[in-house]
Amino acid sequence: MPTYRPGPVSLLLAVLVALFLLMPLLAVIPVSLTPSRMLTMPTGELSLRHYRSLIEDPRWLDSILLSLRIGIVSSVLSTALALTFSLGVWMFQPRFTAALVGFVLLPMVVPPVVSAVTLYFLLTSVSGITSFFGYDTWLGVAMAHSVMTVPFATVLILVSLSQLDRRIDLAARGLGASVWERATRVIMPNIKFGIVTAALLSFVLSWEEIGVTLFITSVNAITLPRLMWMGLRDNIDPAIAALSVILIIITVLVLAVRSVVTRQRGAR
Amino acid sequence: MRGPLSDRMGAALLMAPLLLFLILAYAWPFLGVVKWSFTLPTPGLGQYHALLTDDLVQSVFIRTLRIAAIVTVVSVTAAYAITVVWVRGSPAQRVLAEFCILVPFWISVLTRAFGWVALLSNRGLINTWLQSIGFISEPLTLVRNEFGVIVGMSHFLIPFAVFPLASAMRSLDERVLLAARGLGSSRMRTFWTVFVPMTRSGIIGSALITFVFSLGFFVTPAILGGGRSVMIAELIYLRIFQSPDWGLGAAISVVLVVFVGALMALLFRYVKPKQLV
Repeated sequence: MPTYRPGPVSLLLAVLVALFLLMPLLAVIPVSLTPSRMLTMPTGELSLRHYRSLIEDPRWLDSILLSLRIGIVSSVLSTALALTFSLGVWMFQPRFTAALVGFVLLPMVVPPVVSAVTLYFLLTSVSGITSFFGYDTWLGVAMAHSVMTVPFATVLILVSLSQLDRRIDLAARGLGASVWERATRVIMPNIKFGIVTAALLSFVLSWEEIGVTLFITSVNAITLPRLMWMGLRDNIDPAIAALSVILIIITVLVLAVRSVVTRQRGAR
Repeated sequence: MRGPLSDRMGAALLMAPLLLFLILAYAWPFLGVVKWSFTLPTPGLGQYHALLTDDLVQSVFIRTLRIAAIVTVVSVTAAYAITVVWVRGSPAQRVLAEFCILVPFWISVLTRAFGWVALLSNRGLINTWLQSIGFISEPLTLVRNEFGVIVGMSHFLIPFAVFPLASAMRSLDERVLLAARGLGSSRMRTFWTVFVPMTRSGIIGSALITFVFSLGFFVTPAILGGGRSVMIAELIYLRIFQSPDWGLGAAISVVLVVFVGALMALLFRYVKPKQLV
């Protein structure tokens, strides 16, 4: 059977776009190897000093640990909230489902800067009441990140629920399973993949979140993106280039593993 | 089928935590922001009046709309070119195209903006190279201006523009294209008169998503614009943190939400939500 394939002009244009997409990611590699203390192209000798400063400078390490902690806490919170909500939607199909789901998705569609102002308002108001859960605290950031990531987790879990065969739940129900048993022993094992994906996506989104974080932190809760931002605004620190190279390599590796795994799943 | 009482209880118990969380942590503080816009520094409509009369605010609004429009055209066109190959290319071409779309998609906005700084700044890759081959003597100003902002934002938004286009191209019946070719239509003509019109819903969806995203963009313009090409989101940040004027920052936020909401309503009037993913 013949197929409709793109012609030479299409291919050429696509190659140009592909180059445009990859160019800035490749550009950080030479910059990260410069021996200079400023952002320049290396001329002649190469140096790994900026990679070393990532390990030796406690600021980088502290912010990496903080971002990990915030990412894990906010991912657990947003996955748990998204999971219970989606189970409620799928098992009971209550009235006003569309409106309720729409409400839950709001932080995803509202411009991030408006969400940032909103969360700034929330955390500065809370700061007056308690000191460990307000503006510029790690718990405050984790909660704000949960607000921002919970719509994405909900979408992923709802999508994997929509591919589930309702009859297995009906069978469990007919055999006398309680709501708790249906949820934990019938439905959840069948959407494991969706739940894990939701947790991972929430973590990644929190790990790289900067738009909201900028509004709700100042000097104490310096996450990794926040530290990068500070380094980008003032004197550009080539350590950011070294860090970017590492983050890009991790992304490429994760995507490669994922594509192998999905191919194997498909082959089975 | 509306279940018995225990079912409704179950639904309520399962759905309540997230709904309560978002009401307390999102809906309520948003109303607080709306309140700020009417009460700070003095109660009344003063901030909204300022929005309509302040020259700086006006020029930022106009610049934001202009940049968003240019970025939308650039991103959708570029996304279209690579999506054609991702959806219709040979298996090897598809894998390569997917790689080029997904790798930038998963890399953070900061890293990507920084990559453009490394390329475009005065001592960046492009200027160093152009100077070393003697093409220019003084570095070109490619960043800290609107050009840099447009390049960086388009780069960020291309992967987002790809997904609605890909879904439209996948649902297109290949036999129509083969029929056009079989009837003697050239590649170009088939593309412009059959392929493009049949992916119209994808183009509209993609353009609206890109445009809406561009309006609230913060990080890329702030880094690549270098304070010289301020867009709405950065103006809100400046009003809240630098010239503490919370009322005006809040009022701009409210206007932005209303505007984006109207655009989304428009989007769903023309495109069904299912066609976007």
